[in-house]
Amino acid sequence: MFAIVLDPIDVAAIARSVRTDACGAVITFAGVVREMSDDDRPVTGLSYEAHESMAAAEFEAIAREARDRFGPCEISVAHRIGDLQVGEVSVVVAVGAPHRGAAFDACEFTIDELKRRAPIWKKEHYAQGGSRWRSNPGVQT
Amino acid sequence: MKVRVLAFARVRELLGSPREVELPAGATAGALWDDLAKTCQELPQLAQSTRIARNGRMVPREERLEDGDEIALLPAAGGG
Repeated sequence: MFAIVLDPIDVAAIARSVRTDACGAVITFAGVVREMSDDDRPVTGLSYEAHESMAAAEFEAIAREARDRFGPCEISVAHRIGDLQVGEVSVVVAVGAPHRGAAFDACEFTIDELKRRAPIWKKEHYAQGGSRWRSNPGVQT
Repeated sequence: MKVRVLAFARVRELLGSPREVELPAGATAGALWDDLAKTCQELPQLAQSTRIARNGRMVPREERLEDGDEIALLPAAGGG
């Protein structure tokens, strides 16, 4: 499944969605809102928005590329939008593959490419007031 | 012709919610951006980091638009 969602993500459900009887490994990555920005400013939360149809299509394209590189595997991606507090899960990537090496590789590739390519944006809200849109390092422009 | 413009993140804050924009027939994506930039002082600074999608596909500034297109203005991404 490839989805942009408003409600909290059920990480276990995403992991279940990639398991088949061919799988010897299921890897789950969860991205979590943390209390500090990259430039060490205390953060109270993040707001995410997305071009939903383009983001879901990009997740699917990235998953196709991951399969081309790392072999047959099942991949699911869910990304939340809206206002998230520190500690909430913003994104989940799950990969099921016959062996763990390919599963780890495909999972890392998928989250790295998502951060670089998917039309999703985040705004940091700071404990000391104010907020700012932040782009990811190495992002496509 | 009319196109529907969707903007995101800082660009959305500057331009507001989805809107219809009237353009001369055969106008390009770049011409649309230039028209919008005239209405907003901060927008030209975001030109380098904002990509344009036409009906869900990334296009160059030279792309010719058609009546009824959905144009998305996509600033540098920050997902994850």
